[in-house]
Amino acid sequence: MEDMSCSRIEKQMMPYVDGRLKVSEQQQVETHLAACAACRVRVNEFRAVSGLLDELPQIEPSGAFDARVRARVAAEPVKQSWWAVFAPSPRAAFAASLLLLATIWIGSRPGNVNTTNSAANGGVQNIDPNDLPVLENYDILANFEPLTELPQPVQADEPDDSDSNQSM
Amino acid sequence: MARSDVQLMLDVKAGDEQSFALLLQRYRSPLVNFLYRMVRNREQAEDLAQEVFIRVYRARADYVPSAKFTTWLFRIATNLALNSLRDTRHQRMDISLDAPLSADAESGDERTLDVTDKHPDIEQHLVEEARKAMIKHAIDKLPEKQRAAVLLHKYQELDYGEIAKILACSESALKSLLFRAYETLRVELAPLVSGAK
Repeated sequence: MEDMSCSRIEKQMMPYVDGRLKVSEQQQVETHLAACAACRVRVNEFRAVSGLLDELPQIEPSGAFDARVRARVAAEPVKQSWWAVFAPSPRAAFAASLLLLATIWIGSRPGNVNTTNSAANGGVQNIDPNDLPVLENYDILANFEPLTELPQPVQADEPDDSDSNQSM
Repeated sequence: MARSDVQLMLDVKAGDEQSFALLLQRYRSPLVNFLYRMVRNREQAEDLAQEVFIRVYRARADYVPSAKFTTWLFRIATNLALNSLRDTRHQRMDISLDAPLSADAESGDERTLDVTDKHPDIEQHLVEEARKAMIKHAIDKLPEKQRAAVLLHKYQELDYGEIAKILACSESALKSLLFRAYETLRVELAPLVSGAK
């Protein structure tokens, strides 16, 4: 019966030495200790061991310790979150905004309406050059003469081939 | 008023590097001491402590204050120490064959006493050194997990629940672990314990 009590008290022994037991648990341990000389000796020796452990000196980290940690922290790559992949950089966002504004501005200009209408009415010849100030080479676009000088596409000469075949 | 560990860590998460410096200042000594007692080598202990801080820094973005900061910190430290001990087990077995029984034998700080020392209490000093060496040797001989439990309990003064989380065991298992460790220490340090009573 005493053995059972001793084994049960084992887990309570260090918390008892530390003074970290609840009042009721502490009373149970003390009741057992009053009746068990072996556990009483053990508790006293545990206290003595705890006191001996206090005698070991603490060491101080070396002077370069902090500097080494800081250097390693500084060498750490900047960590981006997974969602950052989808977040545009400020430069890209600015460029995209400018492009969007330019598109809206060009699209909203009255010249574009005329171009559309004139195209619908039969061709680019009706475009007023004054409406396209940016298009400095309008003359080149309006002049289709160079296109008329292009060589005529080569006609399929199957008959000739057949002739030559025949001649061979 | 000093900011709590959790608040400092949350500030680090928000990008405040100065808060990390404060955590470093607060925990460098406890960590180096704990790791020194675990791996028994000062240089290695400092390397491991640096690694602990780097891991804390790397984990800042994902930090959630679900447990005490010290639990997290010493769990990283304990795992690193146990891994290091496992990796260097063969190396340590070779060294220990010729290792002298000295308080700072593994640290490389071993000092030899000059017999011509004019220290007035030389005999007392020798007795104290031998005593410390014996205590240190007794801790070193403990199985690794028992040693971690004793160090966290005795020197870091963490509560049982916290130590149990660090060692990934139940509180009941921790209390058994501590009982067995103190039983071993009681036997190993019997000459000193009898004198202390």
